[in-house]
Amino acid sequence: MILALDDFYILVGLLFAATAIMNLCDRTNPRRFTTALFWGLYALLYLAGSRMPPAATGLLMIAMALVAGFGLVKGGKAHLPPEETRRAGAARLGHKLLVPALAIPVVTMIGSTLLKDVRIDATPLLDPKNLTLVSMGCASMIALALACWFTRATPLQGVREARRLIDAMSWAVVLPHMLAVLGLLFSEAGVGKAVAHITTSYIAMDSRLVACAAFCIGMALFTVVMGNGFAAFPVIAGGIGIPVLVGVYHANPAVMAAIGMFSAYCGTLMTPMAANFNIVPAALLELHDKNAVIKAQLPTALPLLLANIVLLYFLMYR
Amino acid sequence: MHTVVNLWPLLGIAVVVAGFLLRANPVLVVIAACGVTGIAGGLPVMHLLESLGTAFVKTRNLPMILLLPLAAIGLLERAGLKEHAQASIAKIRSATTGRLLTVYLLVRELAAAFGLTSLGGHPNMVRPLVAPMAEAAAEARGVQLDEAMRQRIRAMSAATDNVGLFFGEDVFVAFGAIVLMQTILRAEGLEVDPLHMALWGIPTAVTAFLIHAWNLRRLDAHILKAAR
Repeated sequence: MILALDDFYILVGLLFAATAIMNLCDRTNPRRFTTALFWGLYALLYLAGSRMPPAATGLLMIAMALVAGFGLVKGGKAHLPPEETRRAGAARLGHKLLVPALAIPVVTMIGSTLLKDVRIDATPLLDPKNLTLVSMGCASMIALALACWFTRATPLQGVREARRLIDAMSWAVVLPHMLAVLGLLFSEAGVGKAVAHITTSYIAMDSRLVACAAFCIGMALFTVVMGNGFAAFPVIAGGIGIPVLVGVYHANPAVMAAIGMFSAYCGTLMTPMAANFNIVPAALLELHDKNAVIKAQLPTALPLLLANIVLLYFLMYR
Repeated sequence: MHTVVNLWPLLGIAVVVAGFLLRANPVLVVIAACGVTGIAGGLPVMHLLESLGTAFVKTRNLPMILLLPLAAIGLLERAGLKEHAQASIAKIRSATTGRLLTVYLLVRELAAAFGLTSLGGHPNMVRPLVAPMAEAAAEARGVQLDEAMRQRIRAMSAATDNVGLFFGEDVFVAFGAIVLMQTILRAEGLEVDPLHMALWGIPTAVTAFLIHAWNLRRLDAHILKAAR
């Protein structure tokens, strides 16, 4: 293929390398050496991770976690023009400012639908296995070009701004990545089997309502622990959904599956383990309380979980 | 037949729960949980390191959605994108924080239900546009926002993006979750039409919209009450 995900790994690696170098040279950063080490290691893993021995990448990941975990990753002083300058820019450029921002979703959609089967000399233009991500990579580059053109800034200024945003999020950038690793390790070590064993041995499923509630709450709770509904679904569907709801109560498997997955999503709304949805946005929006997004979601997630139990109870024979 | 299930790996979960309850640094909690789970699961140290490394390299695609738009968004912010979004929303007289976020919730959920999941997202929509507009919608009605209320509005903006995405995307037939469910049910000998699973998601999707829209109405009332 002409554009593959690996090309964008290189790009992101270079962005992290630039973040490391800019922090290293920035005397306003109180921890500039360890901060540069952290982003430098992340850059190395993106640039050369697939060519290094797995044990070495494992060690580098642990090193990154220790540097971040002991509070050694800080940001420099952010350089944004004063508010009056930004207001003047907004008045001068008007709706033009929206064009690059909206170009990101629009071009991503075009890439992942219209350009899906485009080939040049029998080689696919975009990596078919990672279509959305590669489309989004192209879209971001186009948006950057448009933004440079409209605001008369250099691409280097774009890298500086990206570094400002990465600095603001700090180690939260790497948290979803490390949680995904933990999720894979959980399944390798058999955590799912152990949970299914406990839920099925200790909860009496002899009433339909209890079975529905155990299924929905089990999905949500297991997702809270794993941070990902996709990890919970096989375990709870295999432990309760298929043997009890379908096997004993003859529920429609389509209803069981659909409502089960949505119960898992209620769990996703409630857990810091789903860091890319709950913790990263808190960092990105510069919230003081890193659990603020979860707290905003609880009044939606809990009633919805209850609604799912009721819906499953009444719709399961349809 | 009684098979012995190794319950020791559950210690990894205990470490995660304890770590988050004690408010320890999440990255440290995760790495400690990795160590405990590996040892309790009986993995030798070298094997554990290799598992961690392989998994880390394999999941490098995860942070990409967050990282790729940053340069463009950062430049636009510098040029006044937030200020422009705020000035635009202030011109719409009937706009309130809750109404604006309800419209965003509807658009986000419907778009996701048609498979357009990239029409939104925290780095490229919520931070530069949705959250600043939600704050400005309250200020345009003459409400003085204190810092706590600003934080709450921003958190609700992020929450609205998540709710719209989650409960929209699963109604789309070609979404990964539907494929996953079909594969798992097939392995258990149940043949289920993906279209049926997508359709049976609709009652929950509608309920999710109603509950969250109601919470957004409450946010509006709360903003007005705090201003008085």
